[in-house]
Amino acid sequence: MVVLKDESAPIRSSIDVMRVRQIVREWAVSLGFSLVDQTKVVTAASELARNTMVYGGGGELRMEALNSDTRRGLRLTFSDQGPGIADMEQAMKDGFSTGAGLGLGLGGAKRLANEFAIDSRPGQGTTVTILRWNKL
Amino acid sequence: MERIPILKMGRVLLVTIQVDMHDRLAMTLQDDLTERIVQDRAHGVLIDISSLEIVDSFMGRMIANIAGMARVLDAETVVVGMRPAVAITLVELGMTLSGVKTALNMDTAMAMLMASFADKEHFNGGSQG
Repeated sequence: MVVLKDESAPIRSSIDVMRVRQIVREWAVSLGFSLVDQTKVVTAASELARNTMVYGGGGELRMEALNSDTRRGLRLTFSDQGPGIADMEQAMKDGFSTGAGLGLGLGGAKRLANEFAIDSRPGQGTTVTILRWNKL
Repeated sequence: MERIPILKMGRVLLVTIQVDMHDRLAMTLQDDLTERIVQDRAHGVLIDISSLEIVDSFMGRMIANIAGMARVLDAETVVVGMRPAVAITLVELGMTLSGVKTALNMDTAMAMLMASFADKEHFNGGSQG
């Protein structure tokens, strides 16, 4: 698997969250994603970017375009240095939220991605990685 | 301040969301619409989302909130023109917008509102203006 290109973007405001949606869309288009796959990955990115802003107190997105023999993929890594997640099992559950949200962000993003990983330590921040492959 | 315009057509308020909304803009729209329903004595709200390329859980919640608040204020909401890719993604995300009426185009949405107005007039003995 080869990383074709990578880039980072800050996530500090709801304007940044909007920019994340735009740039992830551009990358998904350039990797040849179908319209439905573009929509899924952009929506997942929107959920995770908002989490980074609201719960992580801001952070950044790292985007990587991946190439394997048979397919191309988009890997998105959202990281913050916020308070971290105390109860991971609970955080992944639909409908659970410590904020004003619906509690669909993490579980929803996981369902919209092909691969999902989360690493969080109380007091040290949270990193969420999703990967979406394009269907060839 | 940046705002999404709300147009009045008879007893219906019409909102066309033509840009990607950041969260504050979405909140402002929710507040503005709620106020306008009362101010303009509207009985219907049409929200055209045919330009929206995604609806995430925040925007979905905003749409559901608008419909809920409108209902409490005696107005019916119809969401018009959701793109198929958006519908697929929204359901997979976990949102079904179950309390929200939807239509594929403006004609159908308008017909739905007119039908609900007719019911209401019948209930009020035709006295409603």
